[in-house]
Amino acid sequence: MATTGNPIRQATTGEIAGMALAAVAFLGLLLIAAKTEHGAYAFHAIVGMAAALGTVFLIANRCFKPDTGPAPQEIDGRPNYNMDPVKFGTIAALFWGIAGFTVGLIIALQLAFPVLNFDLPWINFGRLRPLHTSAVIFAFGGNVLIATSFYVVQRTSRARLAGNLSPWFVVLGYNLFIVIAGTGYLLGITQGKEYAEPEWYADLWLTIVWVTYLLVFMLTLAKRKEPHIYVANWFYLAFIVTIAVLHLGNNLALPVSIFSPKSYIVWSGVQDAMFQWWYGHNAVGFFLTAGFLAIMYYFVPKRANRPVYSYRLSIIHFWALIFIYIWAGPHHLHYTALPDWAQTLGMTFSIMLWMPSWGGMINGIMTLSGAWDKLRTDPVLRLMVVSLAFYGMSTFEGPLMSIKAVNSLSHYTDWTIGHVHSGALGWVAYISFGAIYCLVPWLWNRKELYSLKLVNWHFWVSTLGIVLYISAMWVSGILQGLMWRAYTSLGFLEYSFIETVAAMHPFYVIRALGGALFLAGALIMVFNVWMTIRSGEPESAQDHAPLQPRLVPAE
Amino acid sequence: MAENHDKHEVDAHTGVSTTGHEWDGIRELNTPLPRWWLGIFYATIVWSVGYWIVYPAWPLINGATQGVIGYASRIEIAKDLALLQKHRATQSSGLAEASLEQIKADPSLFRIAMAQGKAAFGDNCAACHGVGGAGSKGYPNLNDDDWLWGGTLDQIHLTLQHGIRVAGNNDTRISQMPAFGKDGLLKPAEIRAVANHVRELAGLPTEAGADLAKGRELFATNCAACHGDAGKGNLDLGAPNLSDAISLYGMDLASLTETITNSRAGVMPAWGPRLDPTTVKALTIYVHSLGGGQ
Repeated sequence: MATTGNPIRQATTGEIAGMALAAVAFLGLLLIAAKTEHGAYAFHAIVGMAAALGTVFLIANRCFKPDTGPAPQEIDGRPNYNMDPVKFGTIAALFWGIAGFTVGLIIALQLAFPVLNFDLPWINFGRLRPLHTSAVIFAFGGNVLIATSFYVVQRTSRARLAGNLSPWFVVLGYNLFIVIAGTGYLLGITQGKEYAEPEWYADLWLTIVWVTYLLVFMLTLAKRKEPHIYVANWFYLAFIVTIAVLHLGNNLALPVSIFSPKSYIVWSGVQDAMFQWWYGHNAVGFFLTAGFLAIMYYFVPKRANRPVYSYRLSIIHFWALIFIYIWAGPHHLHYTALPDWAQTLGMTFSIMLWMPSWGGMINGIMTLSGAWDKLRTDPVLRLMVVSLAFYGMSTFEGPLMSIKAVNSLSHYTDWTIGHVHSGALGWVAYISFGAIYCLVPWLWNRKELYSLKLVNWHFWVSTLGIVLYISAMWVSGILQGLMWRAYTSLGFLEYSFIETVAAMHPFYVIRALGGALFLAGALIMVFNVWMTIRSGEPESAQDHAPLQPRLVPAE
Repeated sequence: MAENHDKHEVDAHTGVSTTGHEWDGIRELNTPLPRWWLGIFYATIVWSVGYWIVYPAWPLINGATQGVIGYASRIEIAKDLALLQKHRATQSSGLAEASLEQIKADPSLFRIAMAQGKAAFGDNCAACHGVGGAGSKGYPNLNDDDWLWGGTLDQIHLTLQHGIRVAGNNDTRISQMPAFGKDGLLKPAEIRAVANHVRELAGLPTEAGADLAKGRELFATNCAACHGDAGKGNLDLGAPNLSDAISLYGMDLASLTETITNSRAGVMPAWGPRLDPTTVKALTIYVHSLGGGQ
């Protein structure tokens, strides 16, 4: 295509616009960096300037490579998939996963041994805790979701990802948001809302990235070659749209000034609490549930080589889940200033959410009927099936804990932490690991993973870690709840708060051990992925035969 | 849709037909909803509707539906607290009326005061003084009979009620040792001599070559007014006894030098304004009984 005489390609309108926007952003950030009195904010402005400069450089550089222009939609009648942003997202997920699990282990050890705070502000528990939650949910989970959604939407639509620069803007822009958020926590910048800690400027940036993400996803769906939209894409779309709404609602804030990182949320008092937990619970519902169910709906049938168990169940449980989940947030505010009616609705909708949640588990696990034998031989499939079992367990536990009588014991205790981690480690991380183990050979054209034996090791080491983690938190949480409410026969509290803290110590040590095993498992995965990409056997053409389930024509 | 019907196939393993769609090799079976799944789903909906009828549930223009049993969490907590107050009142009314000495002398009142005092101590005092009252550097040990402000029931009660060095409290315990080094009253060599003398008073070994005579002389002029010539201290002034082995901030040379140079001024909140009178009384009894009551 390229003429040998003129290797420089004319930049497209989009590329020119991209460079111009980056240049304007650079100048604006320079002004902020020069005028702000906040060192950490100036640092973020400089990070932004570096990103803007990098953007101009990367786009300009494309013009020297004639084959980087707008790519053909199809090559030889087959869709010309755009998998490079997917590869980037997959590697980023692995990187942030290790970072997030490591910080989790550090804060688990800090709770068991407070001396490990070292009296240093940057690494004390209060700053590392949001770093851990954001790193695992948004950095690890978010990159897995973006990477898999870009993969799945292309494959199930038989269409190339929409946009030329936009998919790259989404993955790189999202990871820039992660860097700004994470370094902000360490430097003490936070708006103090759980799971929504980043300040106004990071939130604005994420909004731009997220809207682009939505557009790329929808425009790809719009040019699909399949008559219907696959169920995984419904779930991805629900996740992307709802997260946008939640993010905007919970982060409506007025900055003190454009030269200050500080802002004030427009909501106050119990309304603010209600908004926060409407957001917080639906981050669980739409980020950690709907998004990862989308992953399940593609990767489980694909890996098991079986049809999805029930199309009807997928429709009913999808709409039931979407409709009911959004109401359940108030169960985080039982026995608070939140009005009783809101608490009632939060609790009852949580109960009604039980079966819609389980619909996904049933559809995932039953997809294996006819392929159960593969669980013996395929540790990747086993990871995904166990993830569904953990999903089923934590989506039963959630409604249980939302019942006010149970919540009066469980609330504010480690039981909540255990519940979250049975979902986060067992469900979210395991289905992600399964997807990554599937994706890596597909993306890098490798016949198989470097070692299934190592996947098996990963599975057993981290499963042991999860079991230690959640059982330690169940025991400590229930013990804690019982100690807090214990009265003597004379009507006085039996235990002082500090005695309940001391009683938690052995369980905190066990939890940290569980976390260490989980991290060790993830490191095995990173090694396996690295070796697969570096030295795996390339896939030959005939291995690429399309998947053929055992089906016979209907009579 | 017509062309999709042609692709309907039956899964050999389950015998269920597919929907006829295919995405990247993935097909879907047209399995009906599991009946048990649907049954439980309906049951949770029915239960929820029932719950909405019984309890406050749906917001209206003004207020919300109130439910048929008149439930309100504010009423519930008021009931619980009233029950607890009633339970305690039968016992603690005795505490409110009796004097500290009477409580001390009456076994049943004493038992109640100890129970209440232990609970209050755990939630208010243990953070600094330790669960068992053993204290740590800067926070006095309450288990011994070495008192800074006096160990009788009334003295302990006064200390608890008004705290130590509480700004704005006229009856608070207050004493202020000068910062001899910081304020230039003594030179570093002189401070070292005094520190050695204090160790001598406590019967501890002194530095080789320490000017003990100088230290004794400086102590007499600067310290003895409060701590006494022999360093026995003075409870009325809050001046600690320096001649025993017990010390709040440490008797090693470095700690003593720091104390003399910059002074110390620990604080304790006044519990009178924070807790009710009965609880302060109970705490007095409890602290008094920890081992050092006089």
